[in-house]
Amino acid sequence: MKTVRISIIGFGAVGQGVARSILAKREDLNKQGIDLQVVGISDSKGSEINAGGINLKSALERKKNKGTVAKGKENALDIIRDVEHNIVVEATPTNIENGEPGLGNMFAAFEAGRHVVTSNKGPLALRFKELKEAAEDNGLYFRYEATVGGAVPIFNLIHEALAGNTVIGIEGILNGTTNYILTRMAEERMPYELVLKEAQELGIAEADPTYDVEGIDSACKLVIIANSVFGQDATYRDVEVTGITKITPEALELANKNNYVVKLVCEARGNGLTVAPRLVPKRHPLAVGGTLNVASILTDLAGRITISGKGAGSIETASSILSDILFIARNS
Amino acid sequence: MIVSMTLELKDIPGQLVLALAPISELHGNIMSVVHQHDEKTPRGTIPVQITFEIEHKVLNKLIDRLEKSGVGVARVGEERLRSTVSVILIGHIVHSDMGDTIDRIDSTGFAEVVDMSLSMPAIEKTSSSYLVINAVGEKELSIALDILREVAHKKDLLMIEPIRQNSEAA
Ligand SMILES: NC(=O)c1ccc[n+]([C@@H]2O[C@H](COP(=O)([O-])OP(=O)(O)OC[C@H]3O[C@@H](n4cnc5c(N)ncnc54)[C@H](OP(=O)(O)O)[C@@H]3O)[C@@H](O)[C@H]2O)c1
Repeated sequence: MKTVRISIIGFGAVGQGVARSILAKREDLNKQGIDLQVVGISDSKGSEINAGGINLKSALERKKNKGTVAKGKENALDIIRDVEHNIVVEATPTNIENGEPGLGNMFAAFEAGRHVVTSNKGPLALRFKELKEAAEDNGLYFRYEATVGGAVPIFNLIHEALAGNTVIGIEGILNGTTNYILTRMAEERMPYELVLKEAQELGIAEADPTYDVEGIDSACKLVIIANSVFGQDATYRDVEVTGITKITPEALELANKNNYVVKLVCEARGNGLTVAPRLVPKRHPLAVGGTLNVASILTDLAGRITISGKGAGSIETASSILSDILFIARNS
Repeated sequence: MIVSMTLELKDIPGQLVLALAPISELHGNIMSVVHQHDEKTPRGTIPVQITFEIEHKVLNKLIDRLEKSGVGVARVGEERLRSTVSVILIGHIVHSDMGDTIDRIDSTGFAEVVDMSLSMPAIEKTSSSYLVINAVGEKELSIALDILREVAHKKDLLMIEPIRQNSEAA
C-alpha cells in the first residue's frame, strides 16, 4: 500500500467536496493500492492537523456545525511548511487582483517540496509561468484540472490523451452562470435582469455577478488554457473581453429564427484570446444549454474533439481534483 | 452583377486604359485588375483579369465596345457572392443608421446585405437586428465585417459574430 499524505487548504464547497469524495472512495482506492491520508485542513479561521490522518467525517461535521474546521490557530502556511506531506490541495477563493492567499500557498508548497493540486484560478491567471517553473525547478507536479471547466477534463485530454497532437485552436463555453442566463433568456424570452435574478435565487449566480457576466471568469480560464496548452505567458488582461449584459431577448429570438443560439464563447488561437458572445449554429457541438461547460479542441492529427460536462459544483470539481491527486500518487 | 473577364491586350502602350474605359463609361465599378506583363498568350497578347460590378443589361454592349476597340474578350463569367455571414447588432439602432450602413457595404461592389430584420420592442428601448452579408470571397467578407465593426464601435452597438467554423484541421 502506498500512503499519500495531503493537506486541504480552503474548506468551502470544493475543499469539502474533496473530503467527501476521499471518504466515499477510500475502499476503491485501497484496492488499487493507494491510501490517501489528509494530515491538515485549513479554512480562514484556523486548522486541524493530524499527522496520523484526520477523521474526515468529523471534520466535515465540525465545519457544518461550528462554521469552521479549526481545532488550533495554525494557518495554511504553517501546515504547508511544517507538516510532513506530499500534496497540497489549494482551494481558497479566487483572487484576480493579486492571487492571494493562493499564490503564496502554492509557492510555499513548492519550496517545501510538495506537489500542488488546485481549483484556484487566480494565481494561474496572473503568474502561471512562474508557478510552473517553481514546480519544475523542484521536480514537483503542478496540476490544475479543476481550475477550468469544473468536472470536464480539458487538460488531461490535451496533455495525456491527445499527447503528440499539435493543438491548433480551442473554443469553449467555460462559465456555467452565463450559459444558464443565455439559455433561460432564449427559452423564456425573458430580459437579462429578470433571468439574472432567477439565477441568483437558485444560487447559480453570485450576489455580485460581475466576474461572470462581464466575462472576466471566462477570460481567466482562457488564459490558463493559453498558458498551459500554447506555452504563452498571458494574464487575463491580455484577453479581449465582451460580456453578456447588453444581450436582449429579441436578439436571441432573431438568432433562434435563423437557427443560431448565442453563447459566451472563449476562443484561443495563435496569439489571439477573446471572450465574446457569439452566434453558434444550433447543431454545433458547442451549442450546449443550461449550466453546462464545453470545450472543443482542434488538433492536427485527431481533428476536432469536443467534450462537455458540469462546469461547477462541489463534488464535480472534486472529481477533477481527485483525478489530479491520483495522477501524482501513481507517478511519484 | 459582378463579372470577371479575361481580356487579351496587344503588347503596345495604352491598351489597359483602352480596356478599362468602356467599363467606366457604362457605369461599371472596377473591383480588381490582375495584369501580368511577362505572361503572353501564344497569339502574343497579354492576358488581363478584371473583376467589376455592372448592370446585367449593358454587358453585351460592353463586350461589343471592347472588341471594336481591338481588345480581345477571352472569357466572361459571373462572380457569385460566395461567402456569407450572419451578424446580430444590439443597441440604439436608428433606421437611418442602418440604411447608411447597408449602403456602405453594398457600395463596396463586392459585398451586399442580403437580409435584415430589426426588432424594436419600444421607442427608446434597445433594439436588436439580424443581418446577412454576402460577398465574393472570404477576404471581401472580412472587409465588409470591418465596416460593420467600425459602425458598431462608433454607435456603441454590441455586435455578435458567428464562431469560426470553416477552419478544420490541415
Ligand atoms: N465551487 C465550484 O464549483 C468551483 C469550481 C471550480 C473552481 N472553483 C474554485 O475553487 C476555489 C474554492 O471554491 P469554493 O467554491 O470552495 O469557495 P468557498 O466555498 O468560498 O471556499 C473557500 C474556502 O477557503 C477558505 N479560506 C479563505 N481564506 C483562507 C485563508 N487565508 N487560508 C485558508 N483558507 C482560507 C474559506 O474559509 P471559511 O470557510 O472560513 O470562509 C473557505 O473554506 C475557488 O478558487 C474557486 O474559484 C470552484
